[in-house]
Amino acid sequence: MANKYVTDEVRKQIGMQSEARVVEVERGAIRRFAEAIGDPDPLFNDEAAARKTRFGGMIAPPTFCRSLGAAIPEIKIGMGEFRGLDGGSEWEYFEPIRPGDRISVVSKIADIRESAGRLGAMVFITVETSYTNHYNQLCALQRSTVIRY
Amino acid sequence: MAKQTYWEDVEAGSEVPALEKNPTTQQLVRYAGASGDFYQIHYDKDFALNNNLPGVILHGALKNGFLGQMMTDFAGHEGWLRKLAVQYRGMDQPGSKVVCKGKVVKKYAAGNEHLVDCEIWLENAKGEKTTIGSATVMLPSREGAR
Repeated sequence: MANKYVTDEVRKQIGMQSEARVVEVERGAIRRFAEAIGDPDPLFNDEAAARKTRFGGMIAPPTFCRSLGAAIPEIKIGMGEFRGLDGGSEWEYFEPIRPGDRISVVSKIADIRESAGRLGAMVFITVETSYTNHYNQLCALQRSTVIRY
Repeated sequence: MAKQTYWEDVEAGSEVPALEKNPTTQQLVRYAGASGDFYQIHYDKDFALNNNLPGVILHGALKNGFLGQMMTDFAGHEGWLRKLAVQYRGMDQPGSKVVCKGKVVKKYAAGNEHLVDCEIWLENAKGEKTTIGSATVMLPSREGAR
């Protein structure tokens, strides 16, 4: 059965990349994020205590990357009004993110698919986002599924 | 902080220490501010109800954060959370307990690193798994080389 929204034309947008966004990581933002999760680990909260660890200072909790604002590249699916759902993410963490780091965030459309669900035609967009620090080290890679219906 | 876990201390079937959370609407507001996700379904009850939701619901990313904390606690300061994957299966509302749980499914060495793969999930107060996923943690080895 032909897809309602995800035509071959729509799939040509696979590979589309966003402009890089650079975000400066602040110590207070890290602390605020840890506090919001309710994570008391001194590594994410207390610079003096964090300096005694092998990291030499505070680092961001891995899930802090979510706050760095990965943008979905502007793709067109011809859905008119739609609702969005977070379908989940896969993350890989390579380097710690530290206060003062300038993280470059780039997102790319990795896949666009459609399937019929309980809520009607559902479009699944897979987005790959890289988080690279100002030393050009890859800190994290994210693969997320955005669902539109 | 809990004692550091070493790779030799765990095996397939070992439990990851559970982490209980009791999210409040205030926590959802804090998380919105901290993460920049201001979607109103997480703090504006009228908006949530008008969108066919039972009330305000937890950000999926907050649940991801809870599971992330369980895993960074497990990794300890000498370890490192290498991978974390989650899928949302059900909604969770504030005012109700959620518990993060996990289990080691595989233990292996890759090059110099000692790794464990875990199955992880979040259970609501009824014991239903509203979020499921997996994680890979690098743990220090008592033999010195990590």
